[in-house]
Amino acid sequence: MALLQISEPGQAPDPHQRRIAVGIDLGTTHSLVAAMRNGVAECLPDAEGHVILPSAVRYLENDGRQIGRAALAAQAQDPQNTLVSVKRFMGRGVADIANREQLPYVLIDKPGMLAIQTRVGEKSPVEVSAEILATLRFRAEDTFNDDLYGAVITVPAYFDDAQRQATKDAAQLAGINVLRLINEPTAAAIAYGLDQASEGVYAVYDLGGGTFDISVLRLTRGVFEVLATGGDSALGGDDYDRALVDWVQAQTGCVIATPADKSNVLVAARACKEALSAADSATFDVALSSGALRHTVTRTEFEAATAALTQRTLSAVRKALRDAKLSKDDIQGVVMVGGSTRMPQVQQAVADLLGCAPLNNLNPDEVVALGAAIQANQLAGNNPDGELLLLDVIPLSLGIETMGGLVERIVPRNQTIPTAMAQDFTTYQDGQTALALHVVQGERDMVADCRSLARFELRGIPPMAAGAARIRVTFTVDADGMVSVSALEQLSGVTANITVKPSYGLSDDQIAAMLQDSFKTAEQDIKARALVEARVDADRMWLATQSALHADGDLLSAEDRARIEALMAATLDAKKLEDAAAIQAITEALAKGTEAFAAQRMNRGIQHALAGQNIENI
Amino acid sequence: MNEPALPLSAQLAVSDFELFGVPAQFVQDRAQLDARWKDLQREAHPDKFASQGAAAQRVAMQWSVRINEAYQRLKDPMRRAAYLCELGGAPIQAENNTAMPTAFLMQQMEWREAMDDATNVAALEALHDDVQQAHKAALQQCAQLIDTTHDLPAAAQQVRGLMFIEKFLRDVEARIDHLDAS
Repeated sequence: MALLQISEPGQAPDPHQRRIAVGIDLGTTHSLVAAMRNGVAECLPDAEGHVILPSAVRYLENDGRQIGRAALAAQAQDPQNTLVSVKRFMGRGVADIANREQLPYVLIDKPGMLAIQTRVGEKSPVEVSAEILATLRFRAEDTFNDDLYGAVITVPAYFDDAQRQATKDAAQLAGINVLRLINEPTAAAIAYGLDQASEGVYAVYDLGGGTFDISVLRLTRGVFEVLATGGDSALGGDDYDRALVDWVQAQTGCVIATPADKSNVLVAARACKEALSAADSATFDVALSSGALRHTVTRTEFEAATAALTQRTLSAVRKALRDAKLSKDDIQGVVMVGGSTRMPQVQQAVADLLGCAPLNNLNPDEVVALGAAIQANQLAGNNPDGELLLLDVIPLSLGIETMGGLVERIVPRNQTIPTAMAQDFTTYQDGQTALALHVVQGERDMVADCRSLARFELRGIPPMAAGAARIRVTFTVDADGMVSVSALEQLSGVTANITVKPSYGLSDDQIAAMLQDSFKTAEQDIKARALVEARVDADRMWLATQSALHADGDLLSAEDRARIEALMAATLDAKKLEDAAAIQAITEALAKGTEAFAAQRMNRGIQHALAGQNIENI
Repeated sequence: MNEPALPLSAQLAVSDFELFGVPAQFVQDRAQLDARWKDLQREAHPDKFASQGAAAQRVAMQWSVRINEAYQRLKDPMRRAAYLCELGGAPIQAENNTAMPTAFLMQQMEWREAMDDATNVAALEALHDDVQQAHKAALQQCAQLIDTTHDLPAAAQQVRGLMFIEKFLRDVEARIDHLDAS
């Protein structure tokens, strides 16, 4: 860690204090990390120059693991221990998984979230995702030769609270400070700068290796409203490869006999498909167990062989438009995301359907990570003049189960977040002293059709006549779309208050246990790691306070300022300690000691905003 | 602190109108509300304090929630009218006070019958247009009663009527969706 440099009051902070903040696209088939370098967002390559990290983790005999390309290469020989596409399992139970009998995994039903049986024991999808995230974290830290300050991680727009919570837990497990979760289509729109100038309705067409997502967004003055999402979780570029193999087989009558043949023809199909994006014809070239096969494929033939797949994506686009109650004329533009959108027939079909030229000048594999990097840079405070204000909305309604299994909606979908909304409930029977609350998320009227987020009980209600108690249930949704719920009996003076985390979320103890587990075998020593993290946190807090004093130090009395400066000096000293807990305690003291100052600064900001308005009025 | 500003809780408790720096009246300029909302969020959104520690984040979250709450209320004319009535000491009390003028109830019944009789989307859309006209007229009444004659109890009565009308509009829309889909 470099020595902290303190700039003169009024001077810009030293460029070396620039914080390393990245955007991470944690994808189903592959993941990427991007950062701002020299004012431009770019994806960071690994030591071999690859920017794409396959989202694959293989658990080895000796407690080691392979991540990415190496894991994927071993998939055919060790399918049960090579975990791919775990994003589909995040925040999900076994019953939620479609086609699970076709998966090579042993899935274990656990309360909250399923686990996968491997040779080194049960692995939660959160742990597997954390391996991928940690790999990207180390890549970023190696690139900048500095600790990572924080990351913006993208999630699909339709991810519910349990899935978002699982993603956040994975990041925590990987030692990543999550600055924000943002929706993938929102990130793509940011990468294209649509938040800057554009107002209107945009479609984001995301055709990846194995999934297709379509999102319809409305952009109004920097607010990203998700009007509809849709797609097909079992449709992607891999299906185009298979369709091409089927076509070649029908043309040539070649025999695909062995497992090696099967995998070789798919590799050949992929190469042929990619060549056809640039050329009018390409050779399908493969060595089969029965001999070499070379067959020329024209683009027209390829397009005909895969037309049904492209049509399926268009049906999903039309359905999303119907859901959003929009016609294709309402669409101002369409952003292309995912490597499979490189296929000219896909570009053409989307342009024909929506009547506008697709936005495609950024690399479609990278666009989501690039948008996340732009947002991360802003959130880390590296771009103080930046105007990017991202006001997201909650993607799914939140409600409470009432009598008869009906849902009482408390926070409607598309409400701008953060938000807090309350509703009063009462008791059903005379003398009732407890109330069971069931929190659900979804658009349907019946509890059974919505996703269950949490169940909790409010106890200690004084006995009253039925209907006399006033129980206020408050939903708080933070800027990431994460939900917390509290209930309060307000009539009797006796109050009870409980805050729940959704049942899919991991408790801090569980995370600590997983961290222990994960790092006892890894190269990193857990103690050293905790110490580094405590120091980074201390640094972060010290820098934040320093910049706050710069900006608004005049709000403080000499006495208060001296008190805060003493806390800051203590924090700086604490960094020399070798005890993570002691450093944390001193950092926390600084955080607590500046809370009133933070409130003062906020008041000034608000008053400043109001003053601007009042002058306009005059 | 040498500048004894209001404590945070008191600051948060100012009225929506004060928070947005707009006059406490029914008639509002929507574009101005939108612009104010963005200005305020730009000052208070937790993202602006992402690098400044948990304490600042907590305060920012409270402010940001408060600003969103005020914005939701101010931009919806019915909720804005209800809020002005409550601020002026004429609460809506929709649960306890269901007494509505006979003419209004007759009108409601006619509408309900028209909806039940409608067999096609066009008939429902015609009904929807009619009800929207009534909605618009009731809002104009509110503007008159609140901003000009300052008769808040009468305005509260209009708001209770608007609650019926808005509920009915949603029912008609649901029926249109249902017919459209089948």
